[in-house]
Amino acid sequence: MADSRISVPPENRRGEPFEVRISIRHPMETGYRTNESGEHVARNVIRRFACRYNGAPVFAVRVTSGIAANPYFRFFVRARESGTLDFEWVDDIGVRGEAQATVKVV
Amino acid sequence: MSQRLFLLTVAIAALASSVLAQERALPLDKLRSGLEFAGADVRAMQADDFANPGLLWVERGEKSWRDAVNGKSCASCHADAATAMHGVAAHYPAFDATAGEVMDLEARINACRVRHQNAKPLERESEDLLALTAYVAYQSRGLPMAARIDESARASFERGRAFYKARHGQMNLSCAQCHEQNWGKRLYAETLSQGHGNAFPAYRLEWQSLGSLQRRIRACLFGVRAEMPRPGAPELTDIELYLAWRAQGLTLEAPGVRR
Repeated sequence: MADSRISVPPENRRGEPFEVRISIRHPMETGYRTNESGEHVARNVIRRFACRYNGAPVFAVRVTSGIAANPYFRFFVRARESGTLDFEWVDDIGVRGEAQATVKVV
Repeated sequence: MSQRLFLLTVAIAALASSVLAQERALPLDKLRSGLEFAGADVRAMQADDFANPGLLWVERGEKSWRDAVNGKSCASCHADAATAMHGVAAHYPAFDATAGEVMDLEARINACRVRHQNAKPLERESEDLLALTAYVAYQSRGLPMAARIDESARASFERGRAFYKARHGQMNLSCAQCHEQNWGKRLYAETLSQGHGNAFPAYRLEWQSLGSLQRRIRACLFGVRAEMPRPGAPELTDIELYLAWRAQGLTLEAPGVRR
């Protein structure tokens, strides 16, 4: 359940913002649906998603059931030093996901 | 005499192929992918490989391709999917000589699991089967659909055609009534497409997930309030084969994005 795809530009100029994109495979079950036998399907959405750049938080979001399945986040980060972006998220049933991307600053 | 016989054979062959050509309610130059009936937002989503959520399944399928099951992975026999599976999906559904029946891509992947990996077949519409199917189909993306209707596939093809033209369900509608006689017109908020399967397995916004062509066909049958064949039922394979023939020449778009 922790599959994700990340897109970061291969090279970034120091001081300039660069685009970060991530999509996560997750059903984002709203909690408003019933299954084929009419039973209530429990809510299971990604609750919290955060990104750190060389350890410092740069992006965080509290997600609710209004977000579609397989959520896609796109945000901008200012390039400072080469290093890593660490992504982390957790859903309602406590399943944690994480991913990492390398950032190259020139 | 032998020359006459030869000419006769040629004439019969020409007649047979022209009969098949005449059967096309949609001439090949009039074919339009479902993408052309979709809105600009859906088209943009499919055009951008990062925005297309179907690629999440493709990447998962790439991992499954290399994961060993009972000591053997897909890669152990087929090595690199980019070369071994290039163009394969464009020919499916296809007749499988070992099983003696027509199989769609999902069934063929499962047959491989049973025959070579000594594993249980994956359940239809399971994430694992969708991922592998998407990964294999992805290797043919951009190629023309090219199902072969030879003698061995003929019976299944004819059953598929009969199903396509027969009326189904409480609505008493056939596939052809919407997708051949009325494509391009509105049905409530929807524009009727020509009903091609060239983007499947596709990410459907309504499903919020990737789904197979069989699931899409079942959704249509549900819409006309018909009895639903179980997933993997032979009549669904037959209709898939007929659809593949109908779509010959259209570009394979899997994993596509649809409403």
